Amino acid sequence: MPSLKDLKNRIGSVKNTRKITKAMQMVAAAKLRRAQEAAVAARPYAERMNAVMAGLAASVGGSDQAPRLLAGTGDDRVHLLVVMTAERGLCGGFNSSIARLARQHAQALLATGKSVKILTVGRKGREQLRRDMSQNFVGHVDLSAVKRVGYVDAQGIARDILARFDAGEFDVATLFFNRFQSVISQIPTAQQVIPAVFEGAATSALYDYEPSEEGILADLLPRNVATQVFTALLENGASEQGARQSAMDNATRNAGDMINRLTIQYNRSRQAAITKELIEIISGAEAL
Amino acid sequence: MAGTLQFDLVSPERRLASLAVTEVGIPGTAGDLTAMAGHEATITTLRPGLVRAVGADGVRAFAVTGGFAEITAAGVSVLAESAVPVEELTGTLLDKMIDEARSLAAMALPEDRDTAEKLVHDMQALKTAAGH
Repeated sequence: MPSLKDLKNRIGSVKNTRKITKAMQMVAAAKLRRAQEAAVAARPYAERMNAVMAGLAASVGGSDQAPRLLAGTGDDRVHLLVVMTAERGLCGGFNSSIARLARQHAQALLATGKSVKILTVGRKGREQLRRDMSQNFVGHVDLSAVKRVGYVDAQGIARDILARFDAGEFDVATLFFNRFQSVISQIPTAQQVIPAVFEGAATSALYDYEPSEEGILADLLPRNVATQVFTALLENGASEQGARQSAMDNATRNAGDMINRLTIQYNRSRQAAITKELIEIISGAEAL
Repeated sequence: MAGTLQFDLVSPERRLASLAVTEVGIPGTAGDLTAMAGHEATITTLRPGLVRAVGADGVRAFAVTGGFAEITAAGVSVLAESAVPVEELTGTLLDKMIDEARSLAAMALPEDRDTAEKLVHDMQALKTAAGH
């Protein structure tokens, strides 16, 4: 049976924890709004890019001179998994859901005799995969100094991926990130970027291309990688804040429940102590 | 009165402009071109330069650093790698971009050297055009 003082301390400490989780929840809510705005603002570019690329890919894709970024290396032995997670924890299952998906993917590939290379973006994913996948690590991108993810960050990551591709380090690249659905639901997603795949039907509009179709495609494919990385980073950013908001909301509620339970226990113990003292006084008086 | 066309300028991070204009001047890789209503459907890549949109309420110019433009009979969408309204363009920003292009050119592989150096020259031309 904890003493009254212990209980009081305990209640105090849980109250402090509740204050912190409440504050984190509100900060996450504010950041989530900004992250969502950024994701929405980036959408027109990505959509246009995708539409134009799909059109180009449909008209050039079949030919022999199709760029390697589109047609692939003709092989799929070496896979690069780009695992994008957060730099911080305390956001529920956000980081582990991405790590789990990436690990499943990697194990499935390894089981079929493919080799796997892992590029991690964000500290948390690296920590989680280090235990069983560290021999597959080829690189890490640290975004902890970045306050607000910009297109330049995505360009940096894309440049890294493209340099590795040009050096023949891998055949297929896949991005792993959480797609933002709502505050309580983020969907771990695997998206293949090299060779490029395009969603949606190609527009059938006929265009003049300046310079040539192939020239434009060669120019745009690397940009498209950067755009997809950027979209993934933004989705991830919004998902992280959403996950943190709901995790901290739960934590705040749990702390409240705990405080109620402890307060009841504290009151009971106090009452018991008073009763005990009274009994002692009364029985003392009766004994005289 | 010439017909109007819809002009959209988007960068990866935000939409900078969306308005009805009468003509748009685009710095294409293969040369400058001006799109008006009824232009042949064209897709062109961009070199660093000024995109000028001439509308009913005057000319708006944006400095872009590459990307591509999609021109149809009804509108022009410019998807720029990065874009800044000319009013916000400063000499220091331009110098930073030129330095960046230079360092890229220094790193470029021999077969890409020409393209990278062209980028530096385009940037310098952009600086002159913007009047800095």
